[in-house]
Amino acid sequence: MVDYEMKHRGVTREQVYNNLKRILLVMEESVEQGLTQQVISPSGMLDNWAKKIHDANVNTLGASLKKAVARAVAVGEVNACMGKIAAAPTAGSAGIMPAVLVTMMDEHNVPRQRLPDALLVASAVGLIFAKNSSFAGSEAGCMGETGSAAAMGAASIVYLLGGTTEQILESVGFALKASMGLVCDPVAGLVEEPCTTRNAVGVANAFVSAQMALAGLRSLIPADEVIQATREVGELMSPRLKESGQGGLANTKTGREIQKRVFRTEPQK
Amino acid sequence: MPDYPSLFDILGPIMIGPSSSHTAGASRIGSIARQLLGDTPVRAVITLYNSFAKTHKGHGTDKAIVGGILGFGPDDERIRDAFDHAKRSGLAWDFAFVGDLSRFHSNTARVGLTGKDGGTIEVVGASLGGGRIKIQEIEGFPVDFQAQLHTLVVIAEDIPGSIKQISGVIAEEGVNIASMYVSRTEKKANMVIELDQPITASSMERIRTLTWVQFVRLVNPIVEGTSRYEK
Repeated sequence: MVDYEMKHRGVTREQVYNNLKRILLVMEESVEQGLTQQVISPSGMLDNWAKKIHDANVNTLGASLKKAVARAVAVGEVNACMGKIAAAPTAGSAGIMPAVLVTMMDEHNVPRQRLPDALLVASAVGLIFAKNSSFAGSEAGCMGETGSAAAMGAASIVYLLGGTTEQILESVGFALKASMGLVCDPVAGLVEEPCTTRNAVGVANAFVSAQMALAGLRSLIPADEVIQATREVGELMSPRLKESGQGGLANTKTGREIQKRVFRTEPQK
Repeated sequence: MPDYPSLFDILGPIMIGPSSSHTAGASRIGSIARQLLGDTPVRAVITLYNSFAKTHKGHGTDKAIVGGILGFGPDDERIRDAFDHAKRSGLAWDFAFVGDLSRFHSNTARVGLTGKDGGTIEVVGASLGGGRIKIQEIEGFPVDFQAQLHTLVVIAEDIPGSIKQISGVIAEEGVNIASMYVSRTEKKANMVIELDQPITASSMERIRTLTWVQFVRLVNPIVEGTSRYEK
């Protein structure tokens, strides 16, 4: 992947790694911000959700996955509140990769120096997906955004835990199959509801898919065919369900009411 | 997607949320308008069209454009408080909203700027997604460039040989012209010339001092991918 970038961009190895480190830094900062600062989105839909998950008293998840979920939500909230994030692959799905990487570092004792290579593995998966399907919510729905991010996250987890290339691809297959057909139906057209909680489920998908692959399970449908299927499903999905704000949750009674409330007044000067 | 996307088309851009089209792209339209003004803006009149008009509030499109006009990049956290920064730096701004104008792309903004030396510029740009943008109109001339390369914009009297003279200056520097787009009204011509490298300030000055040239600006590339590498 580094050679690919060097060849097609005429840049040095060092430049590529410097850029990866810049992205990692922004990812870590966005997780930290969402977990420590006051984050209430301008629409009022999100209200310090990451901290609530992190500090929850009744728990269904193990400590590692619970923190991963809180971290994904943290980045989603920072994004909604006009904070700085690194799209991975999109702004709407920006919580999954940071949550995966920070969790691998803090809960699975992966040294920080290995994270740039995990990002490279993720970007290779993302590149294959982008060339054969689409990241755009308007083309492939949320499947193209949080689905591809979960696949990228799963691949980097398998890589960091010493899985084989085959296992990396199996994890990609699992993650995309679990996201197949996921629509993009944001309430009021904002990157908040349900995007933020889909990032939470997306990071869980990444860890579950990686676990299955590392246990030696086979995806049965190979990853490249699964990616082809996402393209077909994206094409078959109605435009109303692809980032148009016309279907799904955006078109519910409550979704419409929220939209009216948020866009009622003009901005303050 | 290009044939060989950069891995930083997959990871990144680093940007202020929430939306690459409604926030990052919007700031870039503002920043190109500033570059075309070529002066510190003191007044901005901004019209948002279509989706930009309807959903600017939740996406911070208004703040992002004002931030861009102040010269903030799409990853500059000052965008969040762009209105406060504008007040402090003496920029007055006004917004108008046009809900449905089908001849424009769904995310379109018209930015009119006045500089501290009294110069003005009017630019129409569209945000295409992923932070990419397209400039569609400058001073009423139809144009079409994405600022992926160094872009030279010239407005001049429509005289014979004008293209030859300007391309001659560029050729003397050994700079390659990637594309050239010319349009004209009754008396005036507009040239948009995309270059592989920037031309020097002295070449800019040579073009500026041609008697029939009324306006010349060089817009920096803002492309995803390569330009994201820090120089």
